[in-house]
Amino acid sequence: MNGAVISAIAVDALVKRYKGATAVDGISFRLAPGSITGLLGGNGAGKTTTIAMIMGLVTPTSGTITVLGAQMPRERYRVLHRMNFESPYVDMPMRLTVRQNLSVFAQLYAVPDIDDRIASLATDLDLVEFLDRPNGKLSAGQKTRVSLAKALINRPEVLLLDEPTASLDPDTADWVRSRLERYRIEHGAAVLLASHNMTEVERLCERVIIMKKGRIEDDDTPERLLDRYGRQTLEEVFLDVARGTGQQREAAQ
Amino acid sequence: MSISDSGVDFSLNRVAAMVRRYWYLLRSSWPRILDLIYWPAVQMLMWGFLQLYVSQNVGFFAQAGGLFIGSVLLWDILFRGQLGFSISFLEEMWSRNLGNIMISPLRPVEFIAALMIMSIVRLAIGMVPVSLLAIAFFDFNLWSLGLALAAFFANLMLTSWAIGIFVAGLLLRNGMGAEGMAWTIMFLFLPLTCVYYPVSILPDFLQYVAWSLPPTYVFEGMRALLIDHVFRADLMLESLALNVLLFAVASLAFLKLLQSARVQGSLLQTGE
Repeated sequence: MNGAVISAIAVDALVKRYKGATAVDGISFRLAPGSITGLLGGNGAGKTTTIAMIMGLVTPTSGTITVLGAQMPRERYRVLHRMNFESPYVDMPMRLTVRQNLSVFAQLYAVPDIDDRIASLATDLDLVEFLDRPNGKLSAGQKTRVSLAKALINRPEVLLLDEPTASLDPDTADWVRSRLERYRIEHGAAVLLASHNMTEVERLCERVIIMKKGRIEDDDTPERLLDRYGRQTLEEVFLDVARGTGQQREAAQ
Repeated sequence: MSISDSGVDFSLNRVAAMVRRYWYLLRSSWPRILDLIYWPAVQMLMWGFLQLYVSQNVGFFAQAGGLFIGSVLLWDILFRGQLGFSISFLEEMWSRNLGNIMISPLRPVEFIAALMIMSIVRLAIGMVPVSLLAIAFFDFNLWSLGLALAAFFANLMLTSWAIGIFVAGLLLRNGMGAEGMAWTIMFLFLPLTCVYYPVSILPDFLQYVAWSLPPTYVFEGMRALLIDHVFRADLMLESLALNVLLFAVASLAFLKLLQSARVQGSLLQTGE
């Protein structure tokens, strides 16, 4: 059976070069439907570029990406309605109310029964009392919940998250993580989560891909990574990889 | 590759979603609505009073009643049409919403269609009250031009959309660094398309440039109508032919710039 058919996301030998710089350097990985994978890496590791290429926002220099069986970016309109994305670095119009913003995106994604879907999301994400408030009048935590509602409006089968809890207080961040986890379990969605937050990745992800300078440095379950690097936390593993001490430790062991 | 895969597929529902979004944005800010009326009204009043003064002193202008006001109103259709298109597009960049739009199923052609509809909506909000003011203050009835007005309007809107599409491509490719183009590009057309004077005033070499621009035919057509009381259908057809060409070139440029933006990663960084 063709791997591309069974994978929610299949990335093969993906390269992205900008003028004078290689952002992503020949990475390959596959995500199964219903899986949740963390994409870890420091600034400039290539996480955001990788996610942008998967969404079809950035054209790869070489390599292939298949999402739900469609070649990206060439066949993106076959699958964009089955995907979605959330990032604190992408916003929604401040003057529109939460309900107006969500209803526009619902219409763009051809969501049936828009009012019911918004009501259901508002209940799930504790947004009922903010529905008729302008987006610009919300706190950071409330805005993140609205962005999450937008990301879930079309019940995506592939959900891409770029640092979804950045700038949130620990309590709100934990609340957001629990909602993401519940969505994945209930809908069987494949989730790819780019993050700097090791606690988040450790809690949510069943698999971690660690990137450095555009390459995949390691790819395994959190447990096996901790075991292999002889560390107690993913943060320590991450620092080992970032400083290049991981391979030395492995070799020494 | 199916038609759907290529992005040629068109959904009126998605266009309606975008129009609804821009309508929400527009009506949520009364200063923005006021701004749509404010400048056209100021322009029309200034040129109207100037014309009144001149017409009382020079016989020619007395016979060519409404020439300046007509020029101002038609120029505003051209200028505001493009600005209405570009501002709706800029709203996406100002609100950092472009990423959400670009990963949605919205096709570029639907996005453009929504922006074209909104440019008409914004123009109508500004120009309808101003045209009524022109009747009240100067007894100049733009609407009395009838079929000619429809021809002028159609050609000017086509030009404004073509320029708006090109500017949108520049914004996608170059980010907010190209914002100034959205506000100023049309002013290049002001002297070259002979809004307030006939083409014959220009030096010979600039006359060739002027006749290569579709709005020139509209302003010459307006003068023919108001001074000689003749509707020049030939000028309108020539303008339309040039507009079709300009629109096609602008659309192609937009697609190329969008493609380049995807290659350069500009869609991720829409700041300066």
